[in-house]
Amino acid sequence: MRDYIRYLNDGGRVRRDDPHNNNFHLDPMLLVPLICIMGIGLTVLYSAVHQDLSILENQSIKLLVGFVAMILAARLHPRVYLRFAPVLYAIGLISLIAVVFFGTTVKGSQRWLDLPLLPRFQPSELMKVTVPLTVAWFLHDRLLPPRAIEIVVALLVALVPGMLIQLQPDLGTAILVVGAGVLVVLLSGIRWRLVLLSTITVVPLLPAYWFFLMNEYQKKRVFTFFDPESDPLGAGWSIIQSTTALGSGGLLGKGLFEGTQSRLDFLPESHTDFIMAVVGEELGFMGVITLIILYVLVLARGMHIAVQAGDTFGRLVAGSLTLTFFIHVVLNVAVVSGLVPVTGAPLPLVSFGGTSAIALLIGFGIVMSIHTHRGWR
Amino acid sequence: MNMKVVPGSQLKNTRAEARTFLVRAWTLFGGALGIAAILVVRLFQLQVLEHELYETRSEDNRIEVQPVPAGRGLIFDRHGILLAEDRSFSSLELVPERTGTVGVVETINAVSGLIEIRESEIEAFYGRLARKRRPYQGIPLKLRLREEEAAVIRVNGHLLPGVQVSSIAVRHYPLGEVGAHAVGSVRRITSDDLNRLDRSKYAATRYVGRRGVEAFYEQSLHGDVGHRRVEVDVRGRVIRELELSAPEKGGDIRLHLDSRLQILAHNALGDRRGAIIAIEPASGGILAMVSRPSYNPNLFVTGMTREKYRSLSDSKDLPLFNRAVQGQYAPGSTFKPIVGLAAVSKGVTSWDETIVDQGWFKLPDQRRIFRDWSWTPEDAGGQGIVDLRRAIYRSSNVYFYDLATRLKVDALSTFAGQFGLGSDAALDVYEAADGILPNREWKYGTQGKDWYTGDTVNMGIGQGYLLVTPLQLATVAAVFATRGQWKHPRMLLSGDTSTAVLTQSLPPPIAGPSHNDWELMIDAMEEVVHRGNKVMGDNGTAWAYIGRDVNYRMAGKSGTAQVVGISQDEQYDESELDEYERKHAWFIAFAPSDKPVIAIAVLVENGGGGSSVAAPIAREILDSYLLPQIASNH
Repeated sequence: MRDYIRYLNDGGRVRRDDPHNNNFHLDPMLLVPLICIMGIGLTVLYSAVHQDLSILENQSIKLLVGFVAMILAARLHPRVYLRFAPVLYAIGLISLIAVVFFGTTVKGSQRWLDLPLLPRFQPSELMKVTVPLTVAWFLHDRLLPPRAIEIVVALLVALVPGMLIQLQPDLGTAILVVGAGVLVVLLSGIRWRLVLLSTITVVPLLPAYWFFLMNEYQKKRVFTFFDPESDPLGAGWSIIQSTTALGSGGLLGKGLFEGTQSRLDFLPESHTDFIMAVVGEELGFMGVITLIILYVLVLARGMHIAVQAGDTFGRLVAGSLTLTFFIHVVLNVAVVSGLVPVTGAPLPLVSFGGTSAIALLIGFGIVMSIHTHRGWR
Repeated sequence: MNMKVVPGSQLKNTRAEARTFLVRAWTLFGGALGIAAILVVRLFQLQVLEHELYETRSEDNRIEVQPVPAGRGLIFDRHGILLAEDRSFSSLELVPERTGTVGVVETINAVSGLIEIRESEIEAFYGRLARKRRPYQGIPLKLRLREEEAAVIRVNGHLLPGVQVSSIAVRHYPLGEVGAHAVGSVRRITSDDLNRLDRSKYAATRYVGRRGVEAFYEQSLHGDVGHRRVEVDVRGRVIRELELSAPEKGGDIRLHLDSRLQILAHNALGDRRGAIIAIEPASGGILAMVSRPSYNPNLFVTGMTREKYRSLSDSKDLPLFNRAVQGQYAPGSTFKPIVGLAAVSKGVTSWDETIVDQGWFKLPDQRRIFRDWSWTPEDAGGQGIVDLRRAIYRSSNVYFYDLATRLKVDALSTFAGQFGLGSDAALDVYEAADGILPNREWKYGTQGKDWYTGDTVNMGIGQGYLLVTPLQLATVAAVFATRGQWKHPRMLLSGDTSTAVLTQSLPPPIAGPSHNDWELMIDAMEEVVHRGNKVMGDNGTAWAYIGRDVNYRMAGKSGTAQVVGISQDEQYDESELDEYERKHAWFIAFAPSDKPVIAIAVLVENGGGGSSVAAPIAREILDSYLLPQIASNH
């Protein structure tokens, strides 16, 4: 009977546990592209910060912390996540509310939380992992596809933190957090009819969003996106300079440390949101494509793991975490290449920043846990 | 056991769920790949297809071609004394982007607390700030810092983020107002100037020649702008220099001007309005050019308050007006030697012919009486029997009324034109006026009236329509000094560059007078100064004022030019006239009369008598120029 259930859980195929994974629960197929991305990321970051070793050191430590967190996350059984998902969500919500009242403001956005005994972190980044976990928790034992009321609840789980993040304001992260929740709902098997219907309903709401929820600086970004030359020294500056950096890199790039746009500070935020422009300028089209291929490998492996997961929770979590990660990449590259208005979204595992990288690595730890613990009851 | 009963009593179909998930997952995966493909296409467009466009943009960002100003050529006098030089001054600049949290307003306040910043300077600063500009580029706040001001700013530099002191070259005129009208001055380039000038050539230039030599020789003084290609960062800071094509300094210029004589002439005029021009006859070189009142040209370089400029430009005494080359006056009796030579060379009179001067002149068939109004009522009886020589040294008006009438205007005008009257004979004097040398055509053309014989009578004594500049009268003196073999007056002695080379062509020598005529006329002009100790009414007109104790022989002629018309039966009473209506005093001279080294014209506006007012000034200048030379020859 037990074997039969495992047979069912494994999608009809009999699988034996991979002995290599038993100790660390890491998935090499996911690990290798992730490490490659981080390697390229650190190299380009070193160039983007004008070869400042202390910043490189700082980021390496953060990635190392993330890496350890990933190993730990991979060791934990998925049912731990299932059990603690609502608790994590509650903690997340409380810290987001705390940000509204006590958050630290950096560059006009109130995103950070300075708690005693903890390093400064962004609760919104953690929500990128917590929201899909919670939505998956909510849906995993219901009859799928979910009923309308369940969809509404699931979406609220994502929308409430999304709104709190938009207050900071941080449109990029808000989109990603809500997107992660929406992805879970999509993956849960909601009927396409409903998707179409809700799209038709939401689109007319966009003007309302524009008038009531977007603040002046976000609106200005949208305006200048459509006409960067209207304010070349102000809001249009980043778009002009990042496309210039990318375009001037050409096929093979100007060479590592040789990017003039970043070296001479024409490119703003060259070590954070616009680091892809540094990759493009110094390593060229080839460098950018290499990085995108690595991200696609992560995506493919993540989706593969999701499909292979034995239970609904695992499937939904692995699928939405992986897709959120990739949407993260897509959003960043689209901003940097001037396809969408500037929305502060870092390039996963490459941009300077701790919370984002650690959250993403924990996310992949969970994905690996789902994969390496499948069949274990 | 994974199958369980869910609320609603429906069995959860795990297999169906897994199948649905499979479809969803791969659909979304496909969608993600599709979006990734769009990104790749976009990147291909940017990085491969449009690479060149962005390459250019990136280079434009990074590379700045900065014009490097060329040093302006120096101006020296004939002895190598500096008349105009470039001095380095510190200027205070503010980079708004670097003021940081302090802000522009607070920074300016802080600077004002340390050194004096005028309201107008702050106003100008905000004007420049409002204009479109590159970020991180300094905006000048105060243009000329004194040493101690620059030091104060440097010491407090750490408290003033975004404040910097930079060095610029500023024109300086060591002689100040003494040389102003001769050397001229530069002024800050205006947008009007840039429309007129070659913008690329003046890309780095702050000043352009405005007056005098500075304006006339602008091209050769300016030099060639240099360029440096530099790599700059977004703050406009120069990271490194990639390429430099050095500027070429403007050519230096040496003038005929003699600083010592210039200063002397300036002082000799004192506070009187007037002008002095001294010329070296052999070369035509201008030794001194003075116009008073004058102004300090250095004020035009570094800027002055609006009130100060108003006081200069609106003054009734016209300090900005160069009387020496632009002022046009009736020459009065200084014109008589030309009339005399014209008449002699035309055969209208001879040196022996005499007439009787009874103090008045009347044209045949006319009732109008021309009085010799230059004399007081006591000798209204005239000069008696006069020949040409006596008519010169006694300055008989009646004699020249008669002579001019016999000579006729056209012959007189044509002859006088050879002396450079009625035209600008100078080679390189900026904005020199032409004066007026009237004739029948001129009067008909400008006044639409016929020329009357009465006009000729007036012209015979240098009155009427005839107008000359001090430069022209100094040239006339030089023409006499060279016995007609004159040269064009000029400022330039030598220059560095090809553009500064003057034409070598000579004006045609004066046609008509014989060698003897010249000598006799010059002899008569010597009598003006040296004929003395005679009976009353037989001395030279200037002898009483300057003729005593002269160690050399000087030839001269005084002139007293009428400013307002006096009707014939009125008496001229100096004291009754307003200052600005009094007669202009002239004196022209050259010395030593046999081998002249200096020719001079002195004008004192509304000064009164030429002999009494202008002649002593001329003697003072000639003395100080000649006596050292005479002393060294012994």
